[in-house]
Amino acid sequence: MDQFMQQMVNGISLGSIYALIALGYTMVYGIIKLINFAHGDVYMIGAYIGFAATTYAQLGFLPALLISMAACAVLGMTIERIAYKPLRGSTRIAVLITAIGVSLFLEYVMMFFVGAEVRSYPVLLSNKVFHLGNVLINTQQIYIVVTAIALMILLQFIVHKTKTGKAMRAVSIDRDAAQLMGIKVDNTISITFAIGSAFAGAAGVLVGIYYNSIDPLMGIMPGLKAFIAAVFGGIGNIPGAMIGGMAIGIMETLVSGYGYSLYRDAVVFAFLILILILKPSGLLGKNIREKV
Amino acid sequence: MLEIKNLNVHYGVIHALKDVSLTVDKGEIVTLIGANGAGKTTTLRTISGLIKATSGQVILEGKDITNLPAPQRVELGLSQVPEGRRIFPEMTVLENLELGAFLRKDKQGIKKDIEHIYELFPILGDRRKQTAGTLSGGEQQMLAIGRALMSKPRLLLLDEPSMGLAPLLVREIFEIIKNINSEGTTVLLVEQNASMALSIANRAYVLETGSIVITGTGEELMKSDRIQKAYLGG
Ligand SMILES: Nc1ncnc2c1ncn2[C@@H]1O[C@H](COP(=O)(O)OP(=O)(O)OP(=O)(O)O)[C@@H](O)[C@H]1O
Ligand SMILES: [Mg+2]
Repeated sequence: MDQFMQQMVNGISLGSIYALIALGYTMVYGIIKLINFAHGDVYMIGAYIGFAATTYAQLGFLPALLISMAACAVLGMTIERIAYKPLRGSTRIAVLITAIGVSLFLEYVMMFFVGAEVRSYPVLLSNKVFHLGNVLINTQQIYIVVTAIALMILLQFIVHKTKTGKAMRAVSIDRDAAQLMGIKVDNTISITFAIGSAFAGAAGVLVGIYYNSIDPLMGIMPGLKAFIAAVFGGIGNIPGAMIGGMAIGIMETLVSGYGYSLYRDAVVFAFLILILILKPSGLLGKNIREKV
Repeated sequence: MLEIKNLNVHYGVIHALKDVSLTVDKGEIVTLIGANGAGKTTTLRTISGLIKATSGQVILEGKDITNLPAPQRVELGLSQVPEGRRIFPEMTVLENLELGAFLRKDKQGIKKDIEHIYELFPILGDRRKQTAGTLSGGEQQMLAIGRALMSKPRLLLLDEPSMGLAPLLVREIFEIIKNINSEGTTVLLVEQNASMALSIANRAYVLETGSIVITGTGEELMKSDRIQKAYLGG
């Protein structure tokens, strides 16, 4: 039982990070029906920006987090403007291939500038360990979960209570109808990329702190898993991405915790195949509505 | 109010509108009737900016808006009730109405106008917290009209508001369109229900396979043999 609880604690920390990345996938998919394969790399760049902010500028956790989020927001908007916007109206496969191209571009440009070697984050947060019975929780885990939850609440607020959020929902439901309301679709898409990318940037910093190591290809695996999390929750669905992220994180730590860490990734991918067979629309996803 | 000059629209190789010209004067109800596939929806979507014309001009209150994106046209006082209603089904009735007022900043005015829509369509008031997708077809049509009114349009474009509604409700919707018009909103109404449309319209245009073939006052068209045969089942 202790072992199980311990893995749950670890799983929730990891899951919060997946959830933050998954939100960006799902928001972008919701609004332009694109699986943004470069999203995992935005997260990687977020981790490096956090690294630079803490190592060279010697900033603390919060400023580093905010700088990374802001920089990633700009990066996300730039990617959209340069790579995806000119393809609006082309086939989905063309945009998808472009996304893969952007992903490789970001990975290898980073590799050129920072080198392929793994770097370690400075210790930013005191690593105090709390004992709850026999279950250990450390400060970093608390920071990660609190940050993730705060950001998710913020997102829910933006999406449901602000004009920008209402525009985002309207565009993702019906682009033409949204335009007839006076909503500028291009701006709304741009903002969606900004928010999704900012969240990926936050996840990058949190992972740097948690695992204490970053490299230019670090975005690939978590990117894929967050994508699976988004599909599991129902792609395009925001609460779905949060639940999916948590589920994948917990699943992964449970599998490793019980001594099968070799199969950790395999289990997650097997899970994706299972979802696609059993409920392709995901946990909270709707069946695709045909437009009349 | 609105002037369309020699509008041509293509979908790939399909020539959907051929040199369509029409005018709508301030305060009028003008109707555009025609069979399925005649190009009525295409005309409205070109006016509201959702489709780009290949050639021709759209002029709103003297201003050439041919190349203006759709959202900016809303700012100029154009509002469209699209074919098939196109409400936001996952959002509540109230949220749909609020989106109709997206460009407005006068919170108090918006509140008042939402109340006004609830007076116009009491059923929407009862359903304000319900998601719009759960409304009946007729209620959705009322919501689509209410939503379009929330931007305080000077020109309202309606695309087949009677589609799929029971005769009693059709009559009610047309009554409401007349009221909206008498409150000062100019109306361009696309319909397949020709007799109803002609009965409330000041003037009418008939579209056949992308071209305007007849035009006149509502009464004239109602009496015309050609219209009787083709559209009024007479
Ligand atoms: N997106 C599109 N792509 C290709 N062709 C189209 C498209 N939209 C409409 N058309 C064609 O253009 C013509 C005019 O269509 P439109 O929708 O304007 O007709 P309509 O008069 O509104 O008909 P209905 O009464 O059935 O709504 C039709 O022949 C239609 O098939
Ligand atoms: Mg039509």
